[in-house]
Amino acid sequence: MKKTIHDTPVENTQTTNKGDDRINASKPSRRKAIKTLAATTALAAAASSMPLFGRYGQVQSSEPIKIGFQVHRTGIGAAYGRWYDRTTKAAVKKINDEGGINGRPVEIVAEDDGTDPKRGAEVVEKMATQHGCDIAFGTLFSHVVIGSAPRAGELKIPYFVVSEGHHVASGMLNRYTLQPGITDVKSQVQAMAPFVNSTLGKKVTMIYPDFAFGHDHRDYFSAAVEAQGGEVVAKIAIPPTESSFTKYFPKIPRNTDVIYHVMVGPAVLTFVKEMGEFFGNSRPEIFGFIDSLEAVDLASPGLEFLEGTYFWEGNPRYAQADQSEYDKAYRAAVGVDANGASLSDSKDVATYAHMFGCWETLHIVKAGMEASGYAGAGDRSKLIEAVESMTSMPHSFANPQGAKEFNGKTHQTFGHQYITRVTNGKLVLAHTTSIEDTYYPDEVDYTKQSF
Amino acid sequence: MELGPYLILGLLEGLVTAAVLSLMALGLSLVFGVMRVVNVAHGEFFMVGAVLAWWIASLVGGHPALGFLAALIIAPLLTAGLAMLADQLVLKRIGYDPERTIVATIGLLYVIQQITLMTYGPDARPVEAPFNHRLSIPFVEWTEGGFAMYWPWGLGTTSYKLAVIVAAVVLLTAIWLLMTRTRYGLLMRATQLDRETAQAFAIPVGRVYASVFGLGAGLAALGGVLIVPIQQAHYLMGHDPLLLSFIVVIIGGLGSLPGTVVAALLIGISDGMISVFFSPTLAKIIATLAVAFVLVFRPQGLFGKRAL
Repeated sequence: MKKTIHDTPVENTQTTNKGDDRINASKPSRRKAIKTLAATTALAAAASSMPLFGRYGQVQSSEPIKIGFQVHRTGIGAAYGRWYDRTTKAAVKKINDEGGINGRPVEIVAEDDGTDPKRGAEVVEKMATQHGCDIAFGTLFSHVVIGSAPRAGELKIPYFVVSEGHHVASGMLNRYTLQPGITDVKSQVQAMAPFVNSTLGKKVTMIYPDFAFGHDHRDYFSAAVEAQGGEVVAKIAIPPTESSFTKYFPKIPRNTDVIYHVMVGPAVLTFVKEMGEFFGNSRPEIFGFIDSLEAVDLASPGLEFLEGTYFWEGNPRYAQADQSEYDKAYRAAVGVDANGASLSDSKDVATYAHMFGCWETLHIVKAGMEASGYAGAGDRSKLIEAVESMTSMPHSFANPQGAKEFNGKTHQTFGHQYITRVTNGKLVLAHTTSIEDTYYPDEVDYTKQSF
Repeated sequence: MELGPYLILGLLEGLVTAAVLSLMALGLSLVFGVMRVVNVAHGEFFMVGAVLAWWIASLVGGHPALGFLAALIIAPLLTAGLAMLADQLVLKRIGYDPERTIVATIGLLYVIQQITLMTYGPDARPVEAPFNHRLSIPFVEWTEGGFAMYWPWGLGTTSYKLAVIVAAVVLLTAIWLLMTRTRYGLLMRATQLDRETAQAFAIPVGRVYASVFGLGAGLAALGGVLIVPIQQAHYLMGHDPLLLSFIVVIIGGLGSLPGTVVAALLIGISDGMISVFFSPTLAKIIATLAVAFVLVFRPQGLFGKRAL
């Protein structure tokens, strides 16, 4: 199976073989022998100099580039999946309107992974072997990425994730897995720690989901806070499938200055609401990752207590006063209004802080395929090398979130982070970190691994 | 947090869990007691109740209390109707055979879950509570000047959570009165005691079965409607309550109303207490362990009668 993938440019031979089989099955043996002979001769002739061959080549090169889109349509990541899907469709429409990639149109083959690691690996396999996709793309939840990436590596299909997890840059995965369109948790939390410590307080209680993504927060934020002279006084892990939260809050120590919260899953609104009910009028400072309220309307009843609290946002949900023309155009292309909700339904709030990653990743794939002269699955390693050699990406319509610095060795991109404050029920930009704030020493060099 | 306030918070959280759980487990227990079948799809009726509540509340405009009140009445009735339909279309056809019923209700579970996913979608949607005020609870502490009242951080509940507890008490009393004081309750108890003899006395056993299955599902749906302003309606929400209901019903004794209520209180409050003091995972471990012990040492449950 692996071999077929490896030399997929020989697809024409495969097709011919299939034809032969059909003939073999249906004809008596003498005729079969003659037919086979004839077919082989024809093939040999075509391969040498027949004009037909040229035409076939033409047909193949204008075939669409197939991008396998592993999407969380169901399960706990469904809200993200819906918006990753919309962003991906908008990006593909833009790329196709501008002439596609290397003159070929882009086609998305979407498949639901149920936000489940086991299913995720199956989906990647299906994309590589059944759908004949050129690359796999789009996964968010870290456990699904960690579950799927080894399979992508075995099948030697480039796997572009939009996940935020530190697992790519930590060296845990493989050369076929890249994260060029979204920054990772380690760099995000490291850039947040100075702000939290200097503006909000030194004693921090962390509340995070109990799986890889949450553990990244726990480990890297505590380290960064301690480096700043602060202290994490309690670490409260909550299973991502939990539906009731009040019982966890008594573990928050009385001397806490700042609550640091990050939560995912279908019950995020309950989580934040119950936190408000727990504190009443005497809340400490609160700093949250917007993940706790992605796809949730900030005007939902019970969230009033958040006024004056701070959020990390990968990309500000509300159009800011200094909104760039790129953000404006990107918002319009995806169909998001100035409040971060769908243009057609103001209650359908986007996962705006994350989904830009799909848009940017697809543009990087396009740039990589064009730089490497990508023609088919045989050029997959050239595509990876082309992406690995990328460095600075300026703020543009292709990178509407902001400028990025890609590190080809760790397969991870670095970029600006935004801190917004809830002001009159809207998230207003309070601080933008520099890209340098997010740097940390390399932990792996994937370019040393063989393909 | 200090021990005293901590205990009160754990107790309050536990009572809310127990309230919803007792309604749901009672439905499961009734169905088993009267019909002698195990309904694995019971958690989905809980979920359907919550989802219908969202749907009804979003159709009814105006004050959130209006929508919620409408949902509180209509959603359980619709769910009961759905269950009665399932009873007539599926359970009746397989003759209420215990093993086949388990398989059939597993199928029903997936059918209901997937239809919800296809229509309502994978999102979690909130229903606004009819009223929701935070109530801080004062506590006393010993200071130099004697006892003094103070307001501990985090010790509080909401008026809605208290209302859920009260509503559960009212509903459980109503069910108890229905079972013991009405003709319908008599028919149910007669069918439960001996199906054949009941039939010989011209009790329409088929109709009693259908209505009990509907009643059981309606109770689960009521639990769903009551919980949805606290949590949110989601197509996978039926799973955990189903497991807890089984635990409650096994500990309390299948078919026993007081047993179910006592076990729900036991499990709900211990879940609240252990979660607050230690960890929610430990609470689940202990509850499951309790089931194992009950099954080993008192298989009929705390309040159950020995099977004949």
